[in-house]
Amino acid sequence: MKAGATTRTVKEIRIDIEKCTGCRACEMACSAFHAKPRYSSVNPARSRIRVVADEINDEYVPVRAGNFTRNECDGRHVYQLNAKQYSECSFCRASCPSRDFFIEPDSGLPLKCDMCEDEPPLAEPLCVTVCQPGCLTYEVRQVETEVDALAERETMERGLEALVNQHGIEALIDNVKRLSKGR
Amino acid sequence: MKYAETGFSLEIDLSLGRIEKVASDPSDTELYLGGQGIAAKILFERVPPDVDPFSPDNLLIFSTGLLNGTPAPGANRTVVNTFSPQTNLMSHSLFGGFFGPELKFAGYDRIIIKGKAPDLVYLYIHNDQVEIRDATHLRGKGTTETGELLKKELKDQRVQVAAIGLAGENRVYMASIDHNHASASRGVGVIMGDKRLKAIAVRGTRDLNVARPAELFELAQALHKKIGEGDGNGDWMAVDEDDSFHHNHFAWGNARTRRKGFWREELQERWTKWKYEHMDRQTGCFNCAKKCRNVINWPGRPRFGYKCFGKDTYHMAAFLELDFTYEILGVAQEYGLDSYSTPQVIAFALELLEAGILTDKDFPDMPADSRGRFFYLLEKIVRREGIGDILADSVSQAAKRIGNGAEAFDHNTTKKFEQLPIKLGKLNPAYFLMIATGEKMSITQIEGSFPQDPLPTQEQREAFVAKWEAPPDEKFKKYFLEWKKRDDISDQATCEIVDWNEAMHYIDDSTGLCGFVSSFRGQFGGGVAYHMNNIPQMISLASGMEMDKARLWKTFQRIRTLVRAVNVRRGLRRKDERPPEDHWAVRDEKYEQELLGKYYAFKGWNSEGIPTRQTLEALDLAYVADDLERRGILGAAAPAADSIQQPKGVLQ
Repeated sequence: MKAGATTRTVKEIRIDIEKCTGCRACEMACSAFHAKPRYSSVNPARSRIRVVADEINDEYVPVRAGNFTRNECDGRHVYQLNAKQYSECSFCRASCPSRDFFIEPDSGLPLKCDMCEDEPPLAEPLCVTVCQPGCLTYEVRQVETEVDALAERETMERGLEALVNQHGIEALIDNVKRLSKGR
Repeated sequence: MKYAETGFSLEIDLSLGRIEKVASDPSDTELYLGGQGIAAKILFERVPPDVDPFSPDNLLIFSTGLLNGTPAPGANRTVVNTFSPQTNLMSHSLFGGFFGPELKFAGYDRIIIKGKAPDLVYLYIHNDQVEIRDATHLRGKGTTETGELLKKELKDQRVQVAAIGLAGENRVYMASIDHNHASASRGVGVIMGDKRLKAIAVRGTRDLNVARPAELFELAQALHKKIGEGDGNGDWMAVDEDDSFHHNHFAWGNARTRRKGFWREELQERWTKWKYEHMDRQTGCFNCAKKCRNVINWPGRPRFGYKCFGKDTYHMAAFLELDFTYEILGVAQEYGLDSYSTPQVIAFALELLEAGILTDKDFPDMPADSRGRFFYLLEKIVRREGIGDILADSVSQAAKRIGNGAEAFDHNTTKKFEQLPIKLGKLNPAYFLMIATGEKMSITQIEGSFPQDPLPTQEQREAFVAKWEAPPDEKFKKYFLEWKKRDDISDQATCEIVDWNEAMHYIDDSTGLCGFVSSFRGQFGGGVAYHMNNIPQMISLASGMEMDKARLWKTFQRIRTLVRAVNVRRGLRRKDERPPEDHWAVRDEKYEQELLGKYYAFKGWNSEGIPTRQTLEALDLAYVADDLERRGILGAAAPAADSIQQPKGVLQ
């Protein structure tokens, strides 16, 4: 690694929608994994992954539960892909009031995918493991990122300024002196 | 807490508009598992044998299998049972997809429907909300079209719909019940139509609990992987483009003509091109790693899905090529017509025309070409117009109504039901017994565990047996190792092989397992995922019931014997148990009857094929024996068995 550089972990679930058969094994496995006790029940309505499936129109899109949102979109895109139409909702990961996706059926609370990193974490999300057709694949990458020295200095200056405004410059200097003793 | 099952049935009376949620008897699950097993008991207890299939007292039962909705892979088949006007016997039907698991998640193991609605209705089930709703706006709508309309109407894309099309509405005997691209055939769509039930839409968001979670999940995932990775499971016809087997060996037209050298390389190239140029994708059923269904988008026709021999039936009946099947199958699927029996009915009608038994007057304005004639007759049949009204009653019943020698053209039915169009040379003893005694009406619903043919060399046989996990007993390995010529096998071995084949289907149809990962698939390669040696464990881990191989075998015997009793009560006897006379060219009546007698005795049935009291009592079916005696079917007047034998457990 270069000096001044750092790494970031990027986790990706790749979804090849051409390979989805609509079997929903991912939903079965997800709901069983998150059941208490683990695997004690199956209920796709609790799954944090959903296959947005429309068999008649040949639409199959597995979607993982993302963030909760209080509001519906004010307008939606309709995508045309390979002569088929997909609503933006088909790809959207939000737990949102416009649909009953990713809502815990008993409590009404939103569901969110945790990548199966509960204790103990799995090597990969279970939906990927059970996806025999190979529609879902998992990849962990380390991405190198440059440390931006200027941005770091600016961040620190903003913090110090706030302390000066609150306590006065002398108090801050006294404290820094005391903290530096013995170092 | 209930495990694997929900413990509740939904009772619907369409005449009274009554809906009840009824707790089921746990001992029924122990004795009959679920699916067709429990349905047979309900039909035995609640539908007296003199009830006409078109009576409001006939029941239509949609059942989940015991393993539906659990982590067990490939356990997604929904079972439909009723009494068929075509055979007057119990209808056996199944469909794949997502309906059964969804019904479990809604909190029900089955829906028991009686009565008739005054006009078309549909049933809406969303957990505890169950409503009978008007469906007159869906009149004449296609099967998948109905599913689409209901999803929009209910504003729920996740609702699972099973619907009839125009064929069911018009009480066509070949009518199917369709769920997306999956279809229940063999005599159930006609009763759904007679009850004026257009569709059932179900949505469930409840937990389905299992008894021993961690162990079950581990076993299920190992099988899931096995199903997905190997070629021992699923429908290989979905990917194998060489279909010389069916085209060179099965009969064309009205199950009449063999075309031994039909398959050619240039034909395979052309057909493969048609398929892949129009195939959207291959799809699977709930929680199964295979993708057995080809989904075809043919220009100007509704998108449709097919599997297995369903891709051949129309063009083989019409002496055409695959493009014709692709052209007509989407249309027929929207009408809700069974793709196995319907083409045979049409080919039968055209044969009668050729023979002069029917005349041009019976077919006004019919096109001259085969393609046009099939479409013409399809329309006549689903609308019950003109000759179509007679043909809609299926080959056997139509032949009787037409008379004038038409009966001789009804040559490919058993128990009045259209059989696969197979015409062969020399009798195959096991197949004779399976076709004769099968009560699931199609050979595909009874064959499947023991290989169809011996392997040519000892090395090959030994290699096969070495990795063969499925046999319930070592004796089957011995039979296979010693088997060199197809018909050179002892009668005792034949009886045992047929019994094993049958056992697997009765277990599948009660647990909801698909034949392509279980009962049907072992005969091709032996590497099937589910078998007698692991299903007991799966049942036990999922349901918490004690289960082992001997107990499961006895459960099969109990359900199978009960189904026999249901049909015996409606008049089924030895005389009805005959494969089509021309199924094999060379026949030996004396030997066949001897073998049939031996098989009856092996099953613990008397010489008329009726289970004896002793057999019934040994299988906890004393109430059935009492009933049969009350009706004079068993008792002093009943004939004895051909030789004294009582049913044995598989391990004996």
